[in-house]
Amino acid sequence: MSDLGHVLVLAGGLSYEREVSIRSGRRVADVLRSAGVDVETRDTDASLVPAVLADPPNAAFVTLHGGAGEDGAIRTVLELLGVPYVGATPDACRVAFDKPTAKAVVRSWGLNTPDSVSLPKETFHDLGATAVLARIVDGLGLPLFVKPSRGGSALGASIVRTADELPAAMVGCFAYGDTALIEKYITGVEIAVSVVDLGEGPVALPPVEIVPDGGVYDYAARYTAGHTEFFAPARLSEEATQACAAMAVAAHTALGLRDVSRTDLIVDASGRPYFLEVNVAPGMTETSLLPMAAEAAGRDLGALCKGLLEAAARRG
Amino acid sequence: MTHELDHGRTNAAQGSRIDAYIDRYAARAAGMVASEVRALFAVASRPEVVSLAGGMPYVTALPLDVVGELVADLVAKRGPVALQYGSGQGDPDLREQICEVMRMEGIEAGADDVVVTVGSQQALDLITRIFIDPGDVVLAEGPSYVGALGTFGAYQAKVVHVAMDDQGLIPESLAQTIYALQTAGNRIKFLYTIPTFQNPAGVTLNEVRRRQVLEICQRAGVLVVEDNPYGLLGFDGEPLRALRADDPDGVVYLGSFSKTLAPGFRVGWALAPHAVRDKLVLAMESAVLSHSTFTQLAVGQYLATQPWREQIKTFRELYRERRDALLNSLEVFMPAGCSWTRPSGGFFVWMTLPEGLDSKALLPRAVAERVAFVPGTGFYSDGGGAQHMRLSYCYPQPDRIREGVRRLAGVIEQELQLRDTFGTGAARWHAGIDTPGPDLA
Repeated sequence: MSDLGHVLVLAGGLSYEREVSIRSGRRVADVLRSAGVDVETRDTDASLVPAVLADPPNAAFVTLHGGAGEDGAIRTVLELLGVPYVGATPDACRVAFDKPTAKAVVRSWGLNTPDSVSLPKETFHDLGATAVLARIVDGLGLPLFVKPSRGGSALGASIVRTADELPAAMVGCFAYGDTALIEKYITGVEIAVSVVDLGEGPVALPPVEIVPDGGVYDYAARYTAGHTEFFAPARLSEEATQACAAMAVAAHTALGLRDVSRTDLIVDASGRPYFLEVNVAPGMTETSLLPMAAEAAGRDLGALCKGLLEAAARRG
Repeated sequence: MTHELDHGRTNAAQGSRIDAYIDRYAARAAGMVASEVRALFAVASRPEVVSLAGGMPYVTALPLDVVGELVADLVAKRGPVALQYGSGQGDPDLREQICEVMRMEGIEAGADDVVVTVGSQQALDLITRIFIDPGDVVLAEGPSYVGALGTFGAYQAKVVHVAMDDQGLIPESLAQTIYALQTAGNRIKFLYTIPTFQNPAGVTLNEVRRRQVLEICQRAGVLVVEDNPYGLLGFDGEPLRALRADDPDGVVYLGSFSKTLAPGFRVGWALAPHAVRDKLVLAMESAVLSHSTFTQLAVGQYLATQPWREQIKTFRELYRERRDALLNSLEVFMPAGCSWTRPSGGFFVWMTLPEGLDSKALLPRAVAERVAFVPGTGFYSDGGGAQHMRLSYCYPQPDRIREGVRRLAGVIEQELQLRDTFGTGAARWHAGIDTPGPDLA
């Protein structure tokens, strides 16, 4: 057994991404066990706090996606319990998890991100959807990408190619959240860059290129093995590769993140990357991007997760 | 700004699809993809969520201590038989007992024509296996049981839905559909129907229509597959007469102990004309060799030694109370424009939403409000059902049902406001299964 002692993997939760989280948690627990770590996996329910108080873990790995896992809530509770954890602080999570806010921060650092507007559903209700949507189309042009301002796994997200498609896309988006981010859709190569920091500064893992069969990286394309082709490292020029890595590390730094993050980007035809969003609890399933990037870097996922936990435990 | 890139391996970029077998699956596996809707049901399994989604029987109402003793006794006294292989057709004594159960619905049959299966779901699979070639037509009510649609899809049948109303399958629609299909040269292999307390609609085929449906199918040479898992769980009076009771040669009857005892035993059966039965037995042997002798004998022991008819009454009363809680709550809370069926037995209510609403689009918000249902699209094989949802009352306690309906009504109100704001429902949703797994309460 590792000298890390007893660690906790948190998975499940009540967000829309519960199922993905359970799969991520199982994978992280498995690779940690393979690395000789004493792992306990727990859901975030009423049994969590008493269990942690009764047998405090030396560190926690949060594989909760969406909701409390990424908005800082569960990390706040871990801090209250005195449990060191892998990943960003609650304050940083709150900023990063809210996509419009994260975009504003990275833009203020000079990073390139698609033009967008973000509006709550009440605005459309109060001012009239037709008039507001028309101004959005005029202002941003077409095509557009509509997604909830918070959340992941492409839930509630859709591409809008004509103005007629926009109202239905908005309704679909508001199914998953009360505020929408409507972004200019950039045609290009989808790239994910994972960033890890084992105490010596943030390092970008090789970019992963995502080529979904149907052209859209939706829920089915993400979590059905075989429905998306991944290239790790991405088939980018050296210059574009460096630009993606630089952008991911800069976003990680600008947003005050720590330990681990994954930045999703689009690289246009000229090789210019655009920041789309950042994940503070990246997926760790069999079809997830960070594990692919780690493998492409020749890193053992178990050793990496263990290293992150050790860094968290040292931090206390 | 400092950054580094961990280049790792320097070999040329090579695509990966994660699944090394992706180009080798059969065509029938094409629809087996990760489902956004199925993922939402993962949340519904948490106790905070009032699940009106699943169809799990309330087995807590069983005398579990008695069942435990019975099972222990079985192993102690008949272990060498119970733990051994059995015949492909099933335990002879249990088949006799099954005939006794079916007699309650007017069926007179011999044990020799019964094949014991792994739940009636396996009977459905075997029937489809022996009758369906890819492209053959199966008729089914619209909406129909999702597990059946899944089986038909797996064998690449073409499912054609036949309209229903609150009295069940509409005979005129059935006749017209058969005529149109046969005129167009289609081979209709069978009509799949749940005539009593239908899943998901909760409606029951009335007596006049029962005769008409049989006559239409006899005339057209269409076999009837009667699936009857809920027949003994009626809330009013005696059990209805099964279709099979009036047409032994034209109906294959599927029964189950999943609702009258417990689904964990996985004991169901098919009652079929002799020639069909012979093929079912061979198909059963090729599928699983034989059913679990252990659970067959356990069910047999239960039927032989316990007051099972009284237990069914207990279930009926329990489900009646929950049905009442659901219907009363719907009356109290649902906004104008919603309508629903009023089942006189079984587990389910089928609700129709106001114009322009899509039940699948409601599900994420419902889950966020801690209530779950099954979108209507799961019960159609042709993309229909978006304006409907299935609500089940079999598992939650009445007070939880009331709370769940209150929450759901709020979700529908919000969706109505969105519809009015944007003048439309949600965009069409993505691929994948729209229903929960069998283990969701």
